[in-house]
Amino acid sequence: MLVADNLVKSFETKRAVQGVSFTLEKGEVLGFLGPNGAGKTTTMRMLAGCLEPDAGIASIAGYNCVEARLEAQARLGFLPEGAPAYPAMTPRGFVKFGLRARGFRGDALSRACELAIERVRLAEAADQPIGTLSKGFKRRAALAAAIAHDPAVLILDEPTDGLDPNQKDGVRALIREMAPDKAIIISTHILEEVPAVCSRAIVIAAGKVLFDGTPHALEQKGQDGSVESAFRALTLEPEARESAA
Amino acid sequence: MIHALHAVYRRELLAYFQTPLAYVFLAVFASAAPALAFHMGRFFDTNRADLAPLFDYMPWLLLILMPALAMRSWAEERDRGTLEFLMALPIPLWASTLGKFLAAWSVAAIALLLTVPMWIAVNYLGNPDNAAILTGYFGALLLAGGYLALGQALSATTSNQVVAFVLGTSACFLLTMTGLPIVLAVVGDSAPAAISEFIAGLSALEHYNAFRNGVIALTDVVFFVGLIAASLACAGVLIAERRGGGR
Repeated sequence: MLVADNLVKSFETKRAVQGVSFTLEKGEVLGFLGPNGAGKTTTMRMLAGCLEPDAGIASIAGYNCVEARLEAQARLGFLPEGAPAYPAMTPRGFVKFGLRARGFRGDALSRACELAIERVRLAEAADQPIGTLSKGFKRRAALAAAIAHDPAVLILDEPTDGLDPNQKDGVRALIREMAPDKAIIISTHILEEVPAVCSRAIVIAAGKVLFDGTPHALEQKGQDGSVESAFRALTLEPEARESAA
Repeated sequence: MIHALHAVYRRELLAYFQTPLAYVFLAVFASAAPALAFHMGRFFDTNRADLAPLFDYMPWLLLILMPALAMRSWAEERDRGTLEFLMALPIPLWASTLGKFLAAWSVAAIALLLTVPMWIAVNYLGNPDNAAILTGYFGALLLAGGYLALGQALSATTSNQVVAFVLGTSACFLLTMTGLPIVLAVVGDSAPAAISEFIAGLSALEHYNAFRNGVIALTDVVFFVGLIAASLACAGVLIAERRGGGR
């Protein structure tokens, strides 16, 4: 469903992503973990067709994200980092814009829009300008736009950032509900989300994959059997690890 | 892919009217255009039933107001991070650039329509050459389109709208000034005739003046259509370049 094959991306002198490879099948929820600047967002942007890799191949449902970008993006729902949205638009207008751009019309457009708004629990704020909404509502508006067309692949960059505990639970429940029919990648700094919603985890640092396996296998990498200690063990440099101790 | 073009056009047009931008723009245009015609163009003193005083000052008004309309098109998307959302949609780049341009051009057309009461007034006062006036409006619309497309291309170079406005106004000013005799005289003194003719040929003012005089020439239409197409292509290339370079 989704393939990252030896992806490489550099910005001026910095090599942000250095040979990241993995595949994702329908029914998998991948937790994409790593410290800030590890290359998570750059990898996700390459998979979403927003950025072209310097080398390697990104593809969605068999379509190359560079050479067949429009076909790949038609099968993708993407929540960018920071969940950007047009502040003067209402969440309903924003979701409808994405659907119209994907060729939805008439009843199908209205049905898909209302279903997305209902699934992210946004009905009460659906007709207020996004610029006037709280961070949680803004994020849910962007999430609604990402899922409205029922894509086969979902890439969600920090989908629960800025949400309160109840809203986080709601988003996690939504991800679990959608999981059987889709391939989903979520990047997060909230490590408790990994065993809660993911069937698989990848840890990257300095643009390289350090771990790829189940959340349970990840927990075994830590000293106390938690994802947090495994994350520290994998991503801290030896000298930093010493100073942290 | 027409649905993608329509979606972008609709969103952009709504964006102008969902903020005070379009209303302020239209109000300024609707008051400044007649003010220039009446006071600077001495509309009543000419004792002629035509809109020459309006069309005489149109390039100078448009070179300020069109970059103001165009400055947000790409700079705002970059500043707010929505460019990433837009780039992740299955929209061809030509549809994004053309949709944004057509929306801004539509607002410019509405602004020009707000001067139609002056046209009605001259018909009430005398017997103007309405075909010539219509040609003048056509030329003003093409000139507005050229300035807008140039402004949008420059908006794609920055994430700062003020910078986009300054760049746009400067570029439109240069494009207009190249046709003035004072510039051509300076160039003519120091450059071969071929170069001086080439520079004169780049002047938006020269090409617009033909329309203002009631003449539609294919070369003038081609100039403005070419300016619009080249500017939109530049905007497209600049945005496509961001896929390769990142934020």
